[in-house]
Amino acid sequence: MPSRARPLLYLALLAGLVPVLLPFVWMTLTSIKPLPEVIRVPPQLLPAQPTLQAYVDIFQQFPFGRYLLNSVLVAAMVVSGVLLVSTLGGYAFAKFRFPGRDVLFMVMLASLMVPFQVRMIPLYLMSIRLGLINTLPGVAFPWLFDAFGIFLMRQFMLTLPSELMEAARIDGASEPAIFLRIVVPLVRPALAALGIFTLVVNWEEFLWPLIVTNTDAVRTLPVGLQAFSNQYMSNIHWQMAGAVVAAAPLLIAFLLFQRQFIQGIALTGLKD
Amino acid sequence: MTFYRRQALWGLAFAAPALLLFGVIVAYPLLWAGWLSLQDYSLVGRKVFTGLGNYARLLSDPLFWKSLRNSSVWTVGVVPVVLVISLPLALALNLPLLRLRAAFRTAYFTPVVTNVVAAAFVWRWLFDPQLGPINQVLKLIGIQGPAWLADPRSALPAMMIVAVWKQIGQALVLFLAGLQTIPQEFTEAAQIDGASPGQTFWRVTLPLLNPTLLFVVVILVINALRVFTIPYVMSAGGLQWQTPGGPLDSTRVFVLHIYDVGFVRFQMGYASANAFVLMALIVLLTLIQMKLIQRPFEY
Repeated sequence: MPSRARPLLYLALLAGLVPVLLPFVWMTLTSIKPLPEVIRVPPQLLPAQPTLQAYVDIFQQFPFGRYLLNSVLVAAMVVSGVLLVSTLGGYAFAKFRFPGRDVLFMVMLASLMVPFQVRMIPLYLMSIRLGLINTLPGVAFPWLFDAFGIFLMRQFMLTLPSELMEAARIDGASEPAIFLRIVVPLVRPALAALGIFTLVVNWEEFLWPLIVTNTDAVRTLPVGLQAFSNQYMSNIHWQMAGAVVAAAPLLIAFLLFQRQFIQGIALTGLKD
Repeated sequence: MTFYRRQALWGLAFAAPALLLFGVIVAYPLLWAGWLSLQDYSLVGRKVFTGLGNYARLLSDPLFWKSLRNSSVWTVGVVPVVLVISLPLALALNLPLLRLRAAFRTAYFTPVVTNVVAAAFVWRWLFDPQLGPINQVLKLIGIQGPAWLADPRSALPAMMIVAVWKQIGQALVLFLAGLQTIPQEFTEAAQIDGASPGQTFWRVTLPLLNPTLLFVVVILVINALRVFTIPYVMSAGGLQWQTPGGPLDSTRVFVLHIYDVGFVRFQMGYASANAFVLMALIVLLTLIQMKLIQRPFEY
């Protein structure tokens, strides 16, 4: 590239960031404005009298702490469940021979083409029968199996030399011990990528919790935010503070672990 | 018990949680949905077997066609725009000697990890006709902005802008990963042979990037067909509160239609039939992708 074009490139890259980052700036600045400033015409970018009152309000008057806790609990259940089931399953499909193995694996992979919207009605009827409506396990259970997670872990395990496990077997190690002491430590990078990916997707999940919850005690942040904004449509500063609270945990985690997040998404981009 | 038999049992034991969960939360619900789609069932009433009646009903249901149309507009609008923005961006961020590469990548990626409901809240406020900054900026340059979410003509495009904003970072990261698999010798050789940057891109980089491009297109198309949260949240809230999918069903995308039929009107059988149409579209797209990827490359 000619050196004269270089400043132009940087300028273009910076200009492109304005629409990308404007929503974050606007959200944060609006959340620290008092309401009269929020609805002033024409709107001002910077708050004249910045205040954290909106944050105090949403946590004191609304169950925002509860929503946050619910989101964390559901994410913990889903991420740990997916990691456990996918690691065990990936190991079985990569390193063992059993009748029907290849057919079962193909059927699981084919199920990636089944959109959640097909399963959600039976899952809802199932939740009614099992008493899972308005419970946190009810919010989490449809996501515990992830065919993509099994596929990813299997691909990763195929690269591990089988001699490692055979040697341990000859030394008399039990199968669970081989799995826990040899296999799991070697697949940590894949576990991190799958865990991050599952977390990002689950943190956003909106449709299923919207269907399966209708009380504040079990609402996750996304559906809690929506229910709350339907009630207080005109209190924009509250909505923005709520949006900041909902977005902040993952954004902070992302800024701390950028490389892992980006690799996780790039590696698992295969999904969907 | 022989060694091989014991190993087969261990294999099954390790696979058991996956197989069990697959059966309970994937295979069984799928079959159940297929059975439901052949019935008239409204949760409280009795099930009535109607054969293919639900599928026949789709054809004459204006809301089905309307929502399919909205989802098509969404797909045809969002996917090319994301590609046209993210591919040049990836090429720029892949340039050798670019400084602050990681910082730019991080900044452009931020919307991907921003909670979609939070993002929809902010955007519906940015799009507010009177108080939002978008129309204020348009006013400064002498344009009377539309009513955005309050107007059936501009509501869907406004939401599509949000979908573009949210997905550029994802496509960017996938393109960057694809570009890194192309050996630099190829582009350098082209340049030594006197190819212009444009020729290098169209004749060398793009053909080699073909599998990634195809892959990104399919992901974006499937995402577009399954979109729900952005139109739901942006129509059902804020100062221009509408029925989800409003105004006048102009943002009723296909999944919102399925949700409305199933969980607002409780027509579980009919909703299942609608969902199977979505599945047919996704299966078709995935098979086309597999077919195309298997095609040998021409150099």
